[in-house]
Amino acid sequence: MFVPAVLYIAGLIGVPLILAFLYSVGDVTVGSVGYHFVGLANFRSVLQNPAFRGALLHSFIFTISAQLIVIVGANVLAMALRHPFRGRGLVRFFCLLPWVAPISLGAIGWKWILDSIYSVINWGLVRLHLVKPFDAPMWLGEPTLAMISVILVHAWRMLPFSTVILLAGLTAIPRDIPEAAAVDGAGFWRTHFEITLPMMRPVIAVALLFGIIFTFTDMTVVYILTRGGPYDTTHVLPSYAFFAGILGGSLAEGAAVSVFLVPILVLVAWAMLRVAHRSEVV
Amino acid sequence: MAIVETRDLTKVFKQGQLGAVNEVNLLTREGEFMVFLGPSGSGKTTLLRMIAGLEEPTSGDVLIGGRVVTRLPPRERRIAMVFQSYALYPHLSVYKNIVFPLRAQKVPKEQRRPKVEWAAGLLGIGELLERKPRELSGGERQRVALARAIVREPSVFLLDEPLSNLDAKLRASARDELTQFHRRIGTTTIYVTHDQVEAMAMGDRIVVLDKGLVRQVGSPREVYDDPADTFVATFLGSPPMNLVDHGDVLAGFRPEHLLPAALVQGPAVAITARVTNVEYLGNERVLYAQIQDGRFAGQRLIGRLPSVYHVEIADGEVVPLAIPERNLRYFAKSDGRRVPPRSLAWQ
Repeated sequence: MFVPAVLYIAGLIGVPLILAFLYSVGDVTVGSVGYHFVGLANFRSVLQNPAFRGALLHSFIFTISAQLIVIVGANVLAMALRHPFRGRGLVRFFCLLPWVAPISLGAIGWKWILDSIYSVINWGLVRLHLVKPFDAPMWLGEPTLAMISVILVHAWRMLPFSTVILLAGLTAIPRDIPEAAAVDGAGFWRTHFEITLPMMRPVIAVALLFGIIFTFTDMTVVYILTRGGPYDTTHVLPSYAFFAGILGGSLAEGAAVSVFLVPILVLVAWAMLRVAHRSEVV
Repeated sequence: MAIVETRDLTKVFKQGQLGAVNEVNLLTREGEFMVFLGPSGSGKTTLLRMIAGLEEPTSGDVLIGGRVVTRLPPRERRIAMVFQSYALYPHLSVYKNIVFPLRAQKVPKEQRRPKVEWAAGLLGIGELLERKPRELSGGERQRVALARAIVREPSVFLLDEPLSNLDAKLRASARDELTQFHRRIGTTTIYVTHDQVEAMAMGDRIVVLDKGLVRQVGSPREVYDDPADTFVATFLGSPPMNLVDHGDVLAGFRPEHLLPAALVQGPAVAITARVTNVEYLGNERVLYAQIQDGRFAGQRLIGRLPSVYHVEIADGEVVPLAIPERNLRYFAKSDGRRVPPRSLAWQ
């Protein structure tokens, strides 16, 4: 009965995964036909590569900053969308758009918005006399600005997803509870931080878990906006793996980089599920 | 302690529709235990929520202790409320639940623990302070909710059906405890319920509500013995008051006043009825009867015969019954309002 499902899952998920592990301990390149086991040589060489270490660091910066922004922003949005008001449906629709629309489309839009010559932000800043013409910031051309841009665009994209999850968590809190807090004398902030947020902890943990995994493994925004540049300063692990393994032709190296993601993600998933479980039991 | 007053308090949820609460004028007494009683949808909870500040009135005012609080948020009204669900904070221990209002009111740290212990002691939950709400029984949760409400010594106590989540046995003892508790602290209390037994047992005065209108305000004895209209007459009492249709007037009497003629002394109305069914309930028998002759032939009546009377009555039997005249109440048929006693030809 289960055989088709098992075969299907094994074929779709198992084979590529095993292949990635095999490649990471072999000497495969694009176009090569043989396979020689080389042990951990790929990992050793990758670890000594400053570009890889940079990408590892960027991955963490990218994920943590983007998720921080997303969680805070999603909280605010969920609170705003909780109570009915005129035009809430429309606002909800616009809030969901970045998630629903194809990311390549959104990212290309942002590429134009942040472009060194045609940037509408710079145009606005110049018009407001905040910066001089021809001296506007190069959003994607300076390492720090480029990193900030990549993080912000990714946060923009992930925001709707977390908002929907947090909104579900927020509406699941019985109306009595915040009302009791109001009668007990608590103001907005106390109610939010001592009652609402702790009650939403399991849901926030789930949103974070998914958010971290989606962010950590994603390369679209980096690929489209900066291609890891300038000088590899915005490469994250997945984009680096893609550039090294596919575009660079060194499949084994790319596989080794990818495999690096696994223990990190397993750790994150384990931690988050623990948090979710604990807050449920308490 | 404080007096609660409402002036023409109205709440209309949807424009153009009948209001949930319509021009309600009430005035509690100092330290009174007032009960809002009514069927579901009568507006009693909406009325309470407006007094609490959880619902904004469409028009009218709420006064607490002589101060207009209509536009003030709940926390500036010096009230405490116990919700039907108890609304305990599930992630906090009992101690933290009870101390929450004190922290919110910025009570100095060193005064908090003694106050919590006082409130917990008063309700006998001193042992449970480290537990989480999910580890408590229904009765214990209710006590925690009460302790959380009294801990900061509010001027008014609002209770929204706090006993409805308890099982029947526990409810009787909780009723008694709540009454005792009210006597001890003496805070003005407003209690919402749809259960007439609770209302009768606990209330100093009962406000009977229907469709957002106050039908009657009075002591349990007044609303039961002297109902202001047919709604109050039939809502209170189980089985409800018998109403006999008599032209433009309805004659009403309680089932317990419909007795076998031999047991009734003094001036009384005599009728002959066929008993169609007898329910033996242990402490009493409930008689379902149909008037046999005279101008009311065919009308159905319900009687309650306490078990202390050993009268043999069987199904289908035709028996002489009587109603003491002083127990008859009269209502206008047009609007159901009470009208002065009059003599009716019963035969």
